[in-house]
Amino acid sequence: MAVTVSPERGVVATPVQRATREALYAGAIALGLFVLFIGLRTDQNISNELILVQRWGLLAAVVIATMLGRFLYVAYGQPFLANQKIADIATGLLPESVATRFFRLPYFIAAVVVVAVLALLAGSLDGLLGPGLAGYARFARALAIIYALASVLFYFRTFILAHFSALGITALALYPIIVVAVLAGYAGSMAGGFQGSLKWVDNFGIQILIYVMLAWGLNIVVGLAGLLDLGYVAFYAVGAYAYALLGTHFGLSFWILLPAAGAMAAFWGVLLGFPVLRLRGDYLAIVTLAFGEIIRLVLINWREVTNGSAGISGIPKVTFFGLMTFNVSDPNYIAKVLDIATSSAYYKIFLYYLILGLCLLTAFVTIRLRRMPVGRAWEALREDEIACRSLGINTTTTKLTAFATGAMFGGFAGSFFAARQGFVSPESFIFLESAIILAMVVLGGMGSLVGIAVAAMVMIGGTEVLRELDFLKQVFGPDFTPELYRMLLFGMAMVIVMLWKPRGFVGSREPTAFLKKSKAVSGSFTKEGHG
Amino acid sequence: MQYFVQQLINGLTLGSIYGLIAIGYTMVYGIIGMINFAHGDIFMVGAFTALIVFLILGALFYSLPVVIALLIMMIVAMLLTSLYNWTIEKVAYRPLRGSFRLAPLITAIGMSIALSNFVQVTQGPRNKPIPPMVSTVYNIEGISVSLKQIIIVIVTALLLALFWYLVNKTSLGRAQRACEQDRKMAALLGIDVDRTISITFVMGAALAAVAGTLFLMYYGVIAFSDGFTPGVKAFTAAVLGGIGSLPGAVLGGLMIGFIESMWSAYFSIDYKDVAAFSILAIVLIFLPSGILGRPEVEKV
Repeated sequence: MAVTVSPERGVVATPVQRATREALYAGAIALGLFVLFIGLRTDQNISNELILVQRWGLLAAVVIATMLGRFLYVAYGQPFLANQKIADIATGLLPESVATRFFRLPYFIAAVVVVAVLALLAGSLDGLLGPGLAGYARFARALAIIYALASVLFYFRTFILAHFSALGITALALYPIIVVAVLAGYAGSMAGGFQGSLKWVDNFGIQILIYVMLAWGLNIVVGLAGLLDLGYVAFYAVGAYAYALLGTHFGLSFWILLPAAGAMAAFWGVLLGFPVLRLRGDYLAIVTLAFGEIIRLVLINWREVTNGSAGISGIPKVTFFGLMTFNVSDPNYIAKVLDIATSSAYYKIFLYYLILGLCLLTAFVTIRLRRMPVGRAWEALREDEIACRSLGINTTTTKLTAFATGAMFGGFAGSFFAARQGFVSPESFIFLESAIILAMVVLGGMGSLVGIAVAAMVMIGGTEVLRELDFLKQVFGPDFTPELYRMLLFGMAMVIVMLWKPRGFVGSREPTAFLKKSKAVSGSFTKEGHG
Repeated sequence: MQYFVQQLINGLTLGSIYGLIAIGYTMVYGIIGMINFAHGDIFMVGAFTALIVFLILGALFYSLPVVIALLIMMIVAMLLTSLYNWTIEKVAYRPLRGSFRLAPLITAIGMSIALSNFVQVTQGPRNKPIPPMVSTVYNIEGISVSLKQIIIVIVTALLLALFWYLVNKTSLGRAQRACEQDRKMAALLGIDVDRTISITFVMGAALAAVAGTLFLMYYGVIAFSDGFTPGVKAFTAAVLGGIGSLPGAVLGGLMIGFIESMWSAYFSIDYKDVAAFSILAIVLIFLPSGILGRPEVEKV
């Protein structure tokens, strides 16, 4: 669509004319949206009264940026995207895709050279360039590394896609070892390697895997059985508090309480399931949301048992199957038993493998259940409840098992979370968490385990990476706090990804037995595929 | 008895605000069948706009009659908040129309996160208190009724009347009801469906903005995170009344308001939200499509 006929005037508008008009509209809208919120800022003065601070320069910058963005998109972005879909008349081939143009061998070599040069100069960067420029150089190095890794992945994409699960599991199993080895090489000692690995194993590894497990658990309810659950975090809370309370008061071990927490969460799943069996669709959504809020409010207000908003601290650590512990003062502390240097990293690495095992268990159970009668009944229920019932499937038990199974994995993840943090409070179980987990399931592609894991990795890893954006302070001055923009970017990214891939990264998994019916619907009512 | 009537008045005030927000949820649900999770944050944006307008008015004029100030706040808030909802619909929901059911729900959640954090980034995370605008309190036989409460109830009643007229007596309302019943048929009969849906979002946002202004006037404080709880309660109200039904939204709002004020008066204030949510669950067990909702008949 290089040239469009504008319907009002019946004249041909070039992309640039159209883009100018669109940019003016966008600017007017942006001005209206931001005039009060960016142009003015409410601040407290010394006597605690609200005053207005004027920021018209910032407002102008934002509006101009919006106009420019819109102009470039309409004038160049849209025609480019449209041209990508038009085959060349002479050859009959589609234009070369953006990805192959982006990942070229010369670029890859250039990136490797940049990395190598900057790595060689790593120690003397500050002296050569001064602290300001050295920051940019490090950023360039990070970009070059990411580009080189992405290129490698791109070249082997067919192989990787064909063996995704096996490669993924191997990479996850080797991850802490690689991190420790690389960092030990960097620091020059084994102890330094363990110390440095804390952040990578804990913030990235464990954090992401907890969400992968939660999302896979919710996937059973939403992705397989098609029951929209907005209060999944309630089961996570039940599991966490079950371990926290029983562990601190009765001193029971994690290995006894893990199944107990799962069973308890499953029990609550059934308890929630019973009243909502008759509801469908969005009524179900609001009741599950209400249930999640009820659990959170009870945790806050039932102070005698849960210690209210202050939470429960001093939750016992997991032991190495009762053989070794991770408390320095214990006689059978792991470093004493194995006769190695003391480090807090062992516990994190152990927890990493524990949650990896729990994740794999979730995946294994999901895959097996999907092939069993109960799993097929879930998928049938998702596709058509009436047809399901007329085939003699008991929808009551089907829904209850879905709720209970999903809740059980939530409970497992919850007790693991309590053990990892050593502290639980109602703060961790807000609605936003449920929403994020649901977003992972939908963004990943409902029912697809791989897609959901990728979505969890991108979303949680992405927000963790945003914590590391300190170099932006060099661009915007020392008052700039990138931390603040984290959730704003997160929300916008959720919208953009959803618009870009409405069916998720992998697309919904269709049931094994599926009769395709073709339905002709007017184009304005469908965006893609069948109505 | 006096105590009871007092609580009834408090509940009515609270319920009016919930009702105004709930209409936005129920209208959007009725017409495109999606839960607009960002609506609670739209309400918060409305309240914040009113706050900034209030501060501008305070800076520009030495003294302005409260009625006029309130009116200006309301009108500006309605305009700007409508613009927000209109833009959000266009950017985040329209491209996903006809996509599967959960896609717009996720963009709505994303928009909700983005909106509240946008306000946090631009206006700061702290609570924003304003000096009381209206402080008159009338005492009728031991029952105290503040002028604020009277204003809230009157404004709500007027708006609802206007809104009822719009939906039931104008061609715009007819188009909306037609789209609600059958979008495809409405399109075949020459109704501009996209425009009607846009107007629905604008109307919902305008009502939420009024609710936001009234909320700011009543409580005198607003923060970026204040959209969530009223939003969830209003959504609960919409479902309680029967989602898709406009009188149901108002009725549900009033019920939630009454439950909350009665529960905090006679039982414990800590568990007022638990009570509201539990009653929602209990009502839905016996009336699965809400109080005034039409039971869904599924055709095969």
